[in-house]
Amino acid sequence: MAFTLYSLLQAALLIVNAVAVLHEERFLRHVGWGSDQGIGGFGEEPGIKAQLTNLIRSVRTVMRVPLIAVNSITIILLLLFG
Amino acid sequence: MELDGAARHPPKRRVPAAAPRMADPHPLFDDTSATGGGGTHPGRGYGVPPVAASSSSPYPPPASFLGEPVSSLAVAYGTSLANQGRDIVDRNLDRFIPVGRLKYYFAVDTVYVGRKLGLLIFPFVHQDWQVRYQQDAPVAPRFDVNAPDLYIPAMAFITYILVAGLALGTQNRFSPDSLGLQASSALAWLIVEVLAVLLSLYLVTVNTDLTTIDLLAFAGYKYVGMIIGLLSGLLFGRTGYYVVLSWCCLSIFVFMIRTLRLKLLSEAAAEGVLVRGAKNQLRMYLTMAIAAAQPLFMYWLTYHLLR
Repeated sequence: MAFTLYSLLQAALLIVNAVAVLHEERFLRHVGWGSDQGIGGFGEEPGIKAQLTNLIRSVRTVMRVPLIAVNSITIILLLLFG
Repeated sequence: MELDGAARHPPKRRVPAAAPRMADPHPLFDDTSATGGGGTHPGRGYGVPPVAASSSSPYPPPASFLGEPVSSLAVAYGTSLANQGRDIVDRNLDRFIPVGRLKYYFAVDTVYVGRKLGLLIFPFVHQDWQVRYQQDAPVAPRFDVNAPDLYIPAMAFITYILVAGLALGTQNRFSPDSLGLQASSALAWLIVEVLAVLLSLYLVTVNTDLTTIDLLAFAGYKYVGMIIGLLSGLLFGRTGYYVVLSWCCLSIFVFMIRTLRLKLLSEAAAEGVLVRGAKNQLRMYLTMAIAAAQPLFMYWLTYHLLR
């Protein structure tokens, strides 16, 4: 099972890219996972869907700029070293 | 005279630097270093050329440049640079890896390791799984057999890689890079498992005091069962491997459930009382899922070594 650390990094990068590509207005709102769509009251503990929605929104906000850098580096490295 | 002065200075400067570190307010380990030993050993590194030079008189001493006044200035400057560098490394390393917390996980002794290994293989008789606390901090592993440690997982991981190399070698499938491949593969699966558990703990909003290092320790405990399964597979063939591996899978399953039950579930549910409610049910499913993933990983990471 040739599952190296490098393939783990590649898989992580692809997954983070996939999460970053989910557009708020055009897609998530129609599915019902928009960031402003009924995320429980105050006293209630947030359910799984609310946690996932928060997670997607925070990943998109935080990773937007670093992803540009990491993707560019990965593209250059793959072009150079195959 | 000058040589003796240069030899005597470094030991004096070393002892005040070493003493504050020895007066550790958190004695996780017994301090077996004598104050005299700590003081003279670094000094001997500086003092050797001048001392040897002064004792062997006939020919010119090989390191007589250390006797010049300029060189003592250089020695002082180099020492202060080294001290500064060490301070910077200490401060920055503490930001990335919590070294103080890591020390807690390695505070083990032989009795603890023996008992914990017995617990990993036969957890059915043990009654009290609660970690004892001491003023809000969990007790160090050497005082409580229920506390998680990192020594056994680290040693078990390395032993697993070595046993994997042995298994590959007996089948003539060994090459040096296959060992590295096994190591990085196992490490990658460990990281995946810890990340998956962290993600699921975040999604279910469990308020627990399980740290990442605790999860790493629990994920590493299955390597003990894997090693025993692999060794019995090498000694007794496939039937031995399956029998011993299923026993180790069962015991790791019970061990994980009994340990995680106290940490993840609420107080009442941990006692064994059936508590209704969606949240407790979800937490129970999460505990079962984490415990059930262990035997899967154990089989996945060992079956290809005993083809």
